[in-house]
Parts: sequence; C-alpha cells; structure tokens
Amino acid sequence: MKSILKHLRPKDWAMIGVILVFVVIQVWFDLKLPEYMKTITELVGTPGSEMSEVWLNGEYMLLCALGSLATAIIVGFIASKLGTSYSQRLRSMQFNKVDSFSMAEINKFSIASLITRSTNDVTQVQMGFIMGLQILLKAPILMVWTVIKISGKGFEWTLATGVSMAVIAMIFIAMAMLVIPKFRKMQVLIDNINRVARENLTGLPVVRAYNAEDHQKSKFEKANDELTATYLYTTRAIAVLLPAITLIINALMLAIYWIAAVLINDAVGPDEALDILANTFVFTTYAMLVMMSVMMIMIFFIMLPRAQVAARRIGEVIDTEPSIKDGPVTESDPARKGEIEFRNVSFKYPDAADYVLRDVSFSAKQGETIAFIGSTGSGKSTLINLVPRFYDATEGSVLVDGVDVREYKLESLYNKIGYIPQKSVLFSGTVSSNVAFGDGGSAQATEEDVRDAVRIAQGKDFVEEMNGTYDAEISRGGTNISGGQKQRLSIARAVCKKPEIFIFDDSFSALDYKTDRTLRTVLKKETQGATSMIVAQRIGTIMDADKIVVLDEGKVAGIGKHKELLKTCRVYKEIAISQLSEEELAI
Amino acid sequence: MSEETRSRQPVRARRGPGPGPGMGPGEKPKEFKKTWSKLIKYSKSFLPTVAVAMVMAALASVLMILAPDKIKELIDEITNVIPGLMGGVPTPIDMHFVETIALILVCLYVGSAILTFVMGWIMATVTQKISKQMRSDISKKINRLPFSYFNKTSYGDVLSRITNDVDTVGQTLNQSVSTLASAVTMLFGALIMMLLTNVTMALTAVGASILGFAMMAIIVKRSQKFFTTQQNELGNVNGYVEEAYTGHNILKIYNASSRSKREFEEINSRLYVSGWKSMFFSGMMMPLMMFISNFGYVAVCVVGAVLTMDGAITFGVIAAFMIYVRLFTQPLSQFAQAASNLQRTAAASERVFEFLEEEEMDDESQKVRRLAEVDGEVEFRNVGFGYTPSKTVIHDFSAKVKAGQKIAIVGPTGAGKTTLVNLLMRFYELDRGEILLDGVPINEVPRENVHEQFCMVLQDTWLFEGTIKENIIYSKSGVSDEDVVSACKTVGLDHFIRTLPDGYDTVLNDTASLSEGQKQLLTIARAIIKDSPLLILDEATSSVDTRTERIVQEAMDSLTKNRTSFIIAHRLSTIKNADLILVLRDGDIIENGTHSALLAQGGFYAELYNSQFETS
Repeated sequence: MKSILKHLRPKDWAMIGVILVFVVIQVWFDLKLPEYMKTITELVGTPGSEMSEVWLNGEYMLLCALGSLATAIIVGFIASKLGTSYSQRLRSMQFNKVDSFSMAEINKFSIASLITRSTNDVTQVQMGFIMGLQILLKAPILMVWTVIKISGKGFEWTLATGVSMAVIAMIFIAMAMLVIPKFRKMQVLIDNINRVARENLTGLPVVRAYNAEDHQKSKFEKANDELTATYLYTTRAIAVLLPAITLIINALMLAIYWIAAVLINDAVGPDEALDILANTFVFTTYAMLVMMSVMMIMIFFIMLPRAQVAARRIGEVIDTEPSIKDGPVTESDPARKGEIEFRNVSFKYPDAADYVLRDVSFSAKQGETIAFIGSTGSGKSTLINLVPRFYDATEGSVLVDGVDVREYKLESLYNKIGYIPQKSVLFSGTVSSNVAFGDGGSAQATEEDVRDAVRIAQGKDFVEEMNGTYDAEISRGGTNISGGQKQRLSIARAVCKKPEIFIFDDSFSALDYKTDRTLRTVLKKETQGATSMIVAQRIGTIMDADKIVVLDEGKVAGIGKHKELLKTCRVYKEIAISQLSEEELAI
Repeated sequence: MSEETRSRQPVRARRGPGPGPGMGPGEKPKEFKKTWSKLIKYSKSFLPTVAVAMVMAALASVLMILAPDKIKELIDEITNVIPGLMGGVPTPIDMHFVETIALILVCLYVGSAILTFVMGWIMATVTQKISKQMRSDISKKINRLPFSYFNKTSYGDVLSRITNDVDTVGQTLNQSVSTLASAVTMLFGALIMMLLTNVTMALTAVGASILGFAMMAIIVKRSQKFFTTQQNELGNVNGYVEEAYTGHNILKIYNASSRSKREFEEINSRLYVSGWKSMFFSGMMMPLMMFISNFGYVAVCVVGAVLTMDGAITFGVIAAFMIYVRLFTQPLSQFAQAASNLQRTAAASERVFEFLEEEEMDDESQKVRRLAEVDGEVEFRNVGFGYTPSKTVIHDFSAKVKAGQKIAIVGPTGAGKTTLVNLLMRFYELDRGEILLDGVPINEVPRENVHEQFCMVLQDTWLFEGTIKENIIYSKSGVSDEDVVSACKTVGLDHFIRTLPDGYDTVLNDTASLSEGQKQLLTIARAIIKDSPLLILDEATSSVDTRTERIVQEAMDSLTKNRTSFIIAHRLSTIKNADLILVLRDGDIIENGTHSALLAQGGFYAELYNSQFETS
C-alpha cells in the first residue's frame, strides 16, 4: 500500500486534509441532531412550554440533517475526484512504465498480468481508496466522539454500548477467520472447474473420439462438488451475519431502555427523571451511529486485503526499472550501413542458470541475407532479439553499422530495423494504418508506399477484395482476417518502413509454400540493399540465403551456404533429411 | 494465462459496451418474464422449500414489526414517573412489568433472528444446489452439442456461462427472493402498525420517507448514464492496454510509443471524467439514505412532540415511531436492490438457458446395428458436405480403401484437411452420400460405435492436468500398468518418464515441462493403448528438435502398421508410400491417386509438390 501511496502529490494530501475538515463538520451535525430531540423531550416534559419552540427545534434538526447531507456530498465530490484522478495517474504511470520495459521485464510479469495490473488492479485500488477516504476518516471520529458523549452521561449505558461494539467486532473477526480462507480456496476451485471445462472444450475431438464423455463428466462433477461445498459453507456462514447484527443492535436498544427504566426509577425528583428520559432517546440514536461505524470499519478491513494486493502489484510495476537504457549515438557511419556483427555473444535470461547462447560470432554485409536454423530451443529467436535490444547480450557485443547496439539512442536503432514477429500483431484500425504504422524509418508513408508494400508482401489480392480495400477495418488483434493474411500485412508493415535491416522471426510459417516462395523472391528483388536476418523452421525457406548459421543448443554448429553445410555440418544435414528426401537434396 | 485473457475478450466485447441508454451495462435480460418462468420450472423441485423460506422471512418481519409496540408500552410505563408527560399523578415504575415487556421483546428479537437465519440457510442451500445443477447441465450439454455449434461460439463464452453467469444466478437469486418476501411484509406490516397506532404520525412518517425516496429516484435515474459511460470507457481502456501490451515489441520498434501514449492519455482522461461522475453519484446513495432516515426521524420527533403536548399521544408512541420509520424505509431501499437483482438473475439465467436449449445431436438410442470386429475397409460413396448449408466444400467424392491401406491427405494450409477427419469420425453429418465401414454406413450405427473403431492422433497435442498414466489410459478401462509401460516403450518415452520425480505418476501441469515432441509421443501412446483397427493421424510439422522428430516419426510409423490409416501428411516419405493420396484445395478433394499417377497428371498436386520441395 505504502509503495503506491507515495505517488499522492502534496496537493492530494491537502485535499485529504480538506476532506478531514468536512468530515469533522459532518460528524458534528450528525451528533448535534439527536441533541435537539433531547430539548424537545424536555420541552414536552415541562408543563407550559411553547409549541413554537418545538417547531423551532424541529427546524434546527432539519438544518442539521441538511448540513450533514451537504457536507457528505462535498466529501463525496472531493473523494471521488481525488480517487479517480489518482487511479488515472496510476494507470498512466503503469502504461508509460510498461512502454519503457524490455522483454526481460515484460516476461518477468507476463503480458496477461501486466494487463490486469493496469486495469482491474487500478479499479480495485480506486474503490479501496475512495472507500478508505470516506470510511477511515469518518468512522473512527464518529465512534470516538460518540463514545465520549455517551460516557459522560452514565456508566451503565457506556458499558452496554461497549459490550455491543465488542460483540459485533468479534462476530466480524470470527466470520472473517472462518470465511476468508474459504474465499481464497474458492478462487482455486473456480479455476479448477474452469480448467476441467476448458479441457473438455479444447479437447472436444479427442474426448469424443475416445468416447470419454462420461470420464469428463465425472471429473467435472468432482470439481463441481468441491466448489458447491465451499460455496455452501460461505453463503451459509454469511447467512448468520445479518440476523446476528440485527439481534445485537436490538438488544442494545432494549438494554438502553431497560437501563433508563432502572435509572429513572432510582431518580431523585421529576427533573432528573426527565433528564434521563431525554438522554435515553439521544442515546438510542447514538448507539445506532456507533454500531454503524463499527460495522463500516469492519467491512472496510474485510475489503482492504483485496485493495492491498492490487496496490502491491501496481507498485511492483511502477518501481521496476527498465533494464534497457538509451545510448548517445544517433548517427552511424554511412559507409557501414546495413552491417551486422555478433562478436563473441553469450546470453542467458535474467535469473536463469544456463546460457541460451554461447560465444556466437558472425557478420553480415549490406544487402546480404543471413539465415538461422536449428531445433526448438536452439536459441535462434533469442539471437535475433538481441539486435533490436529486446534483450541485451550478457557477454560480447552486437554491432549494427559498426556501432554497439547499446551505444545507440533507442529510437535511432529502431529506425534502422524492420522487424516481423513470429506471431503477427495487428492493431485495431485500417489496413493502411497498420501498414504505415508508427513514426519510424522513412517520413510518413504515402498511400503509394502502402500499396507498394502490400503488393510486395503478396497481400494485394486479398486486401483489394476486402470491403473498403486499403481502408478496410482491422479489428482488435486482427481477428477478422486469417493467420496468413495477418502475416503478410505484418511483413508489409516492415517493408513500408524501408529499413536498413529486416528481421524475420519465423515470419513465413503461416504462409503456404507457394506464397512463401513468391514473397521471398519479390522481397529480395524490391528491397535490394537491405540486409535480411531470417529465422526459419523450413529448410526450403532459407536454403538460398547468402549465409546460414546453424545453431545447436545455443552454440554455432556451422556457418556457410546450403550446399557446403550439407557436406560439412551434421546438425544441418539431419534437419535437411528430416524435411526433404535425399534425392531432393541432391547428395 | 495469456490465452485466458484472449479467450475472454469476445465475451467482454459482447457484454460490455453497447446496451441501450438508461440501464446498467449488459445486465438487462431480453425476456424477463419468460426467463423467470423458465427458471421457476427449472427449480421446480425446490419450490416447496423456497415457499417455506419465504414464509419464514415474512414471519421474521412480522416479529420485528410487533416489537415497537412493546417498546411503546415500555416507554409509557417509564414516562409514568414524569408528571409533565403524564398530565396527571405520577406513578412509580412497575419494574416487574418492565421485565415482562423486556422478556417479550427478547423473545421477539431472538425469534426473528432465528427465523431469518434458518431462512438464510435454506435459501443459501437451495440456490447453491440450483447453481450446481446448472453447472452440471452445462457441462453435460457440452458433450451433446454438435461440433458446428463450437464454430460459432468461443470457448471463453461457454466458460463464462459456467462460472460468471451461474455465479451471478446463485448470488442474486439468494439475495432477491428472500429479501423480496421480507421487504414486502415489512413494508405493509409497518404501514398497518403505524396506522393502527396513530394516523397522523403514520402519515407523517410515510410522507417523509416517500418524499426522500422520490428525490433519490430522480438522482438514480439521472446518474444511470454516467454508469453506462463509465463501463464503456473502462472497456476502451482495457482494450487499448491489452492491444498495446500485446504489441509492445512492434510499438517500440516502429517508434509508435509516443503516439500510443498520447492516445492512451486521451482514453484515460475520458475514463477519469466518466469515472468520477459515476463514483460521485454512487457515493451519494449512502448520505442520501442517511438523510432520508434523518428526515423521517425529525418529522416523527417534531409532529410527535406537538401531538404529545396536545395530549393526543403518549411519549411511547414517539419512541415506537422512531423505529417504525426505520422499518418502513428499509424495505423501500431494498426494493431497488431486489429489483436490480431480479434483473441480473434473469439476464444471467437467460444466458444459461440459451446454452442449455441449443439444439443437440440426434438421439441414437434406437439404432440397434453395431460394428464389431472391423477389418478396416472404408468406402466413400458420392460424399457431399458443407459446414454451412450455403457453401458446399466437398462436392461429390467417391473412393474405396482396402483394409490396411495408407491414405495420405495433402494440401496447402487452410485447405480443410481436417474436414475428412471430421466426416470419418462423424463429428459432422454428411449432406449427401455415405461413408461405409466394412460395408456398413457409419450413420446407421451410434457415434460411439464409430469412435471405437478409430485411433486418433492430432497435431494439437491435447493433454490434461493429471498424471502421465491417466493421460495415456484416458477413458479406457481395464488397462494394466504393463500395458502403459509397453506403449511408452514403443514410442521411446519409457526411459524419460522413469527419470521424472514421480515416474508414471508425475502430474502434468503448467510447471511440468514436456517438450512438444514428448507431448506428441504421449498422445501416440494413448492411441496405442486404445488399439482400434483404424487410424487418423496428423503428422506434426517440424516444430520439434530433429532427434525427437525422428523418434516421433518412428512411433507414428509403428502405429500405422496393420491399420487402415488416414494421415494428414507433411512428410514426403509418407506421401510417396501412400496407397492413395487425397489432394485438397479450398475444402474440396480435387485430385486423388498415387504419387506417380498424380505427378504424371501434372495438376495441382504436381504444382504443390514442386513448389514445396524444389531446390533453387
């Protein structure tokens, strides 16, 4: 909680101070109101009182009620503005922070978790914060002030009120102890039932093929039984709460009247008796106020842990320092444009025991195509991720245009690179807005550039068939077009940027062989002068590359052209044989 | 986890933004009455119990309403000492009478508390049982729905019905039904008792409360639009964040950060504006309630005092009315809550019933014909099929496969290679023609009987959270441990499994990391255990390391032995050795024959083959 409360500005604290002042005024109104009832009681009880005085006191009471309402509205106004602007700031801080993260930080949290932290968690904190502003400031003041007022008037009443407060608090605490652990367990059980149902859904063909419907059913029923048992426990426990509280409040009322009877019975003279009676009415009202504040505090503390967890999670994001920092270089030697060099690069993920890449060295000149192949887990994707600094090399250095990538101002480095990820990412917008994406590379792309890029990426046919062609809408995440189409637009986006270096991270996988081939041929022709780095699974995609780097368990197993590697590199040959027949390999 | 978020997305999109003005977002049912009558019918067996609970709730309210009258007697007894309030000769308090009254009150309070508690217990039990039944029915329904249903519905949607919607039904049903019973009783009970005690006071109390609630109703109505706007803006922020975080790399490398930040700030500040407004209005409810109760209190005190001074009522009446006002306003505020709960119950159960009422697969219990001891001869006879009636994908396909033959299914990505699997397994029904297994049309025997004849290994390895052994045996009964071990030996997994901490009892979950290849091998072992005469096999693409891939291929080859095998082929060796190649394009089988015959034909297969394996 502390970690994010520090992001409240002095102005906010001043506003909290203002709220406090109004809360005190409000409590004063709340406590003043029953006192007029006392005056009225006395007026009624004293023979010869004026009727007009009763009305006057009634007006005072109404003024108190209105005053309390007005201050509460002011408090509510300030608190909701404060709370929502605070949560706006938390969201904004997180969004900016995540933007500065490298893959290392993002993977540490996971994208899904970061999304929850920036959205749901902030909402949780906002609720807790606003509730806290109103309850935590008001309830204790109200409680203490009231108890002081009661305690001045009689020990018996104070005792009765004190005992009831204690009992209510105990009931809440007992309930919290019984129910909260079950609530935690409930989340697990809900996940569980979700998992079993999801399992059945994702494995529908298998479930049916193996006639395993009954098997799945019994699994689900088991999860269902467990969940229902826990639900029953908690809902039944909560069913105790309401009648118990009502009972205690009523008992307290009764006790106050009873005590009044005893006190009045012992009173000396009618004046003292009248005074006690008048106080009785005031105290029943006070007692209600005290009980309410105790309950509000209890409810707040039951809700608090959720907000606390959310606050801690938000704090973690905001306090994380991005590991990738800007360098000073914005211009590189034009003569070495498009050059890439890996110099004894080793890499391991933060906190990992083992190296993913070990002592990798190679270089590529402008206009060359350099390909990377190896089995899953051999480090291909990791390797190319070092170029745009998604991660930084643990040892050794990666050079672009003869300059270590860590020396570049990130924006300048990014401007050199056209990166096409393994999993295509499209943004909601239009075909054009996706292709002419960002401010990188060349100046703002023209319509011509977009058309050209789409044509090169073999997307012309399907784009022009779409409703609205280049202005056709792309839904969030590109869910309205197929995987292959997404991949082609993703490639078009890189082409449109006209970068010095293309990085294809297995970016042809969703294309059929034919499109894959045509695309690469056209691309090669149209982007002459640009260096390409290609990671691929299929030998067919890379065998005409200028240089192939074969990776095996993070180490370079061979560098060369297709034909040479077939002869010299065992790993390469194995991969080739598994995909092509011997005669096709012509060896 | 990330998959979780994604699959939930369409649901959120559907239920979040977009409801008409003047209501809580996404909470309004389409047909309130119809859904409720369905719900009542659904929970028919619980109705007597619910009726008992409602009677108890009403009784508890009645006891509560009787109490203030006793308080009145108590206060009147006390005020007897005070001459000014008596207007006559003061009498000392009869403590015995006070005790009797107190005892009666204790009985009323305790009685009411017990009744409320028992009622709460019963309702909790009933609603949870109904929820359980709903979850159960949804889960059973999943396996009775045709595959085509899942083409138009996302998993997230179904899952959200099992958890979110059923939860909502459980919670709101629990709160709405009993609250309604007790609130109605309380409202009318308090009204009657007030009128019986003193008409002027009663009118004062009712007038003050209704005035207060009228004010509140106006504010609630005016604030509705802020809540809807806030929900929509929240949806926008969530959507934007999700998109930006998922595309983080791309945003960075295309230097789109500053623009994205700018856009986010814009959406974020829109959320702030609608957020504080809706927070403010919802925060006003509490003070307003407080004011209404204060207002009633003031009215009762003042009018009561005036009447007492006139000698029209005793002081006890004022005390009683202070409580009546509370009892009267309480149900008024509960009605609003209960009404919205009834709406939510209806909205959620509507979604549950919608799912439960989806059309199921045909009942096959009257089909008496069974396949037994199948050799594995398959014939396609003039097969026609389309996923939607408007679009036929397989037009007129006929072919004969002898027992033990190997059939390769090839075609570019997205050509619909799995369609054939779907038809063979009767996951979908044919539009025309028939598929015969050993001369028996497969639609003349029950589906389960067809499924029994096939082993199936799909490319998407499907494993569930459970031990390795459970995953291999799956639903088959009477499988010994030796069978499991020997199946794993066949696929070359035995050694690896033994190196795991718990061997065959190792639980597969997120933390137990098996490689893709090993997962593939496990599903092959599962197929070996099933040991059916026919095989459907989807060869994996080369996403596994070379060594494992070879082992997987060997395991697959051993599986095809002595079985009629339909293979979605990726490997040249499989394709070349196939007895029949079915070439698919855009869903239809456009060519079929052996490798050499197809190459000689020089059609689509030849083109495909050449582009795929051509060297430059």
